[in-house]
Amino acid sequence: MEKLIQQIKQGKVWPFPGGIHPPGQKAQSNTQAIKRLPLPEKLVVPLKQHIGANGQLIVDKGQSVLKGQALTKPVANWSVPVHAPTSGVIADICQMPSAHPSALPELSIIITPDGHDTWCELSPVTEPTTLSHEQLIDIIHNSGIAGMGGAGFPTYIKADSRKPIEFFIVNAVECEPYITADDVLMREHAEQIVKGIELMQQLLSPTLTIIGIEDNKPQAIAAMKQASQHNDKIIVQTVPTVYPSGGEKQLIQLLTDKEVPSGGIPADIGVLVQNVGTLFAIEQAVYQGKPLIERVVTVTGNTIHNAGNVWALLGTEIKHLLDCQGFSPVPQQRVVMGGPMMGFTLPTVRIGVVKTTNCILAPDHSELAEPGPEQACIRCSACADACPASLLPQQLQWFAKSKEYDKLKEYNLFDCIECGACAYVCPSEIPLVQYYRVAKVEIKEQQAEQVKAERAKERFELRKERLEREQEARQNRHKRKPAAAKSADEKQKVADALARVKKSDDKADNKSAVAAAIARAKAKKQTGELEPDNTAVAQERAARKEQARAYKAQKAESNENTNDTPADDKKAAVAAAIARAKAKKATKTESTETTDAPVDDKKAAVAAAIARAKAKKAAQNESNENTDAPADDKKAAVAAAIARAKAKKAAKENESQPTDEVTTESEPSQESEPAAHNAEDKKKAAVAAAIARAKAKKAAKENDSQPTDEVTTESELSQESEPVSRNAEDKKKAAVAAAIARAKAKKRQQEGSDQS
Amino acid sequence: MTLFYALLALGSLALIFGLILGFAAVRFRVQGSPIVEQIDTILPQTQCGQCGYPGCRPYAEAIANGDEINKCPPGGEATVKKLADLMGVEAKPLAGGEQAEPVKTVAYIREDECIGCTKCIQACPVDAIVGATRQMHTVLIDECTGCDLCVEPCPVDCIDMLPVETTKQTWKWQLDAIPVTQID
Repeated sequence: MEKLIQQIKQGKVWPFPGGIHPPGQKAQSNTQAIKRLPLPEKLVVPLKQHIGANGQLIVDKGQSVLKGQALTKPVANWSVPVHAPTSGVIADICQMPSAHPSALPELSIIITPDGHDTWCELSPVTEPTTLSHEQLIDIIHNSGIAGMGGAGFPTYIKADSRKPIEFFIVNAVECEPYITADDVLMREHAEQIVKGIELMQQLLSPTLTIIGIEDNKPQAIAAMKQASQHNDKIIVQTVPTVYPSGGEKQLIQLLTDKEVPSGGIPADIGVLVQNVGTLFAIEQAVYQGKPLIERVVTVTGNTIHNAGNVWALLGTEIKHLLDCQGFSPVPQQRVVMGGPMMGFTLPTVRIGVVKTTNCILAPDHSELAEPGPEQACIRCSACADACPASLLPQQLQWFAKSKEYDKLKEYNLFDCIECGACAYVCPSEIPLVQYYRVAKVEIKEQQAEQVKAERAKERFELRKERLEREQEARQNRHKRKPAAAKSADEKQKVADALARVKKSDDKADNKSAVAAAIARAKAKKQTGELEPDNTAVAQERAARKEQARAYKAQKAESNENTNDTPADDKKAAVAAAIARAKAKKATKTESTETTDAPVDDKKAAVAAAIARAKAKKAAQNESNENTDAPADDKKAAVAAAIARAKAKKAAKENESQPTDEVTTESEPSQESEPAAHNAEDKKKAAVAAAIARAKAKKAAKENDSQPTDEVTTESELSQESEPVSRNAEDKKKAAVAAAIARAKAKKRQQEGSDQS
Repeated sequence: MTLFYALLALGSLALIFGLILGFAAVRFRVQGSPIVEQIDTILPQTQCGQCGYPGCRPYAEAIANGDEINKCPPGGEATVKKLADLMGVEAKPLAGGEQAEPVKTVAYIREDECIGCTKCIQACPVDAIVGATRQMHTVLIDECTGCDLCVEPCPVDCIDMLPVETTKQTWKWQLDAIPVTQID
């Protein structure tokens, strides 16, 4: 390592293989100072001028912008903003041909300059050493700087390299013929460039910084040596003039004797390369606060009268550049963006200058002849001798022509830097580079397709899995219903219910029991009115809670009863309802007035206990049963379910707003009325009864929240028992009675609330 | 006696190799048929069913069982060629006289005409259409394989198959084209 640095400091260079010596043609354009051009009529700024993603638009059509104002903001990774090159109005935001051999349209911002060239507010930094690493990276990022040597790699990513950098190389080689933009930039702005280098040194802290300049630029070498004198970590290295010594990998090999591994990046071997133009842009961004809005462009060629370098605002149409430098086109004029070796012929001159445009070449036919027809390869191997990457261009050509992509990869096609040296030396005028470019795109496309196919397969399989899962779930749902009904647990419940019905039948017939219940209720009402007792109320409340739960469970059972025994479901439903009513009544009596207890006191208590136990169990199952229950053809079950759901809702409402009881009370009554009127048989009457019960439950809950409202409860009780008893006799009567009961209940409630 | 030793030696050798082979058969067992996997990776995974099988994998299995290799229109000639190489059979032109180089397309839903019936969502083999009942549907272009399966079920015919746009990344130099340039 020490030895290597020693050798570098002694000025040793390590020539790379191959390379060619095309005529320089630089004298045409490097004799004059960089010119400033008059403002063009319009500027076309593409959103994407680098490798990576678009920024996000932050301006609108018709908006006025100032010079240097950001037009986009970076969003995704690798996105770099663009800025307004001058002050003016945004005339349009639309698709325009891009600076690419295909000229495929790209979203661009069209600015009509107002001629004032007013800068927006800039925030220059005079002492960048005080800035943190992140702050400096942010400035570089937000100034929209991307590699200006040709590739347009976002500079902020390079500058934020996570890998340790040993050698920082400044690419000032400019090996391609005709181009002199970097040459004149170094002559005129060497100091700024060195400041830019020092900023990069601050970010990367490399062991050594090497500025590589070809020996055909003595003035630039002198200027850079002069400017970097104070910094002993910077050395200016003169390299022989060979094309393509300006290629990143070639320059690294030339200056440090290191080779970038195939498929790797320079940072892998501790080297980082930046173009001089980029470093100048970094200096401008930090010390001046100016974003990247202009660059030096060489306008040259035999058809240009006044060949030279100009400061071109990004987005300036090529036509404007040509016109300003005096352009007299020949027939079939070609205009090339970039140099004669790696540049491309523009399909139209109505394309804007972008961050990577370093040269506009407008040659006449004598200096850059139109390539002749391709001839057969004579296997002279001149291309292999010229290749700076030690590839076998001839082999690659065969494989590219026969579309043998695996072979191409095997022969390291992707290490080709597309420098064009092979095509330059080819005596058969085979456009070798073009073949490679097409093959590269094909291979990349195939790889992308492979990735996409993988993903499609994955998604297809996931979907299949999902469909299978859904199918299974559907089948299970169909199965679960009968299976559940048959389960031992359910059977037990049914048996219990029947037993209860029988028990009550044994004791007394329904009518007399109901009548007794009414009598009891009335009696209780009177006593309750006469002497309100808090303990009794508390007990009663507890009992009611239990009762409500038991009742819920019982109702669920009754539904199942109906389903299981369709033959006598009517009878069973009625019987169950009666049984429930009785059980409830019994519990009530038991808990509140033991003295008032009727003959069946004990038995009712037992029944209630059983009901409670079951209710608990049922309550646990209840929620999933409710949701899982499929649509039942039995109207009664549906109606009952609706009633239950409503009751639940109402109960919840009551819990949350206990003062609103009158209105909530009226709601269910409206529901129950039509139900009663529409009733055609006893089954429907049973439904009405169920609704009434639901209301009772709700009322019970209501009372939980209003402990003093004892009277209401009483009325509810009577109301609840009435329809049940009467539905056996007459549906109409039941409905009327229910309505009366409701009215009474309402009145009572009001009274009750007044009292309380 | 010599005979006995010879038998013993051979017998023990046979036992040892038998054990090694037995172990190898268990340890290095091949799950499923690897040829089906290989065929499946060659197929374009559009899951379009144009081959007559419900997806690319069933067709891969069919090819492994001796079906024709030229039934995949989305794969085009390239796929047929690769399958021919893999299966060791002659490459044939695509069945049904399909064009050799398929144009890659993606589905596009004209959103103001979409009635939100979800039929296309159910038809899409790769879940590349999003939407809900009575809500507008749209296609995730990056996931769309261009299989055409959503076009048929649409009751209002609001799905178009558009060719995939060329981007700078997918653009290719036209080497045999005559360059025409105009300078204005």
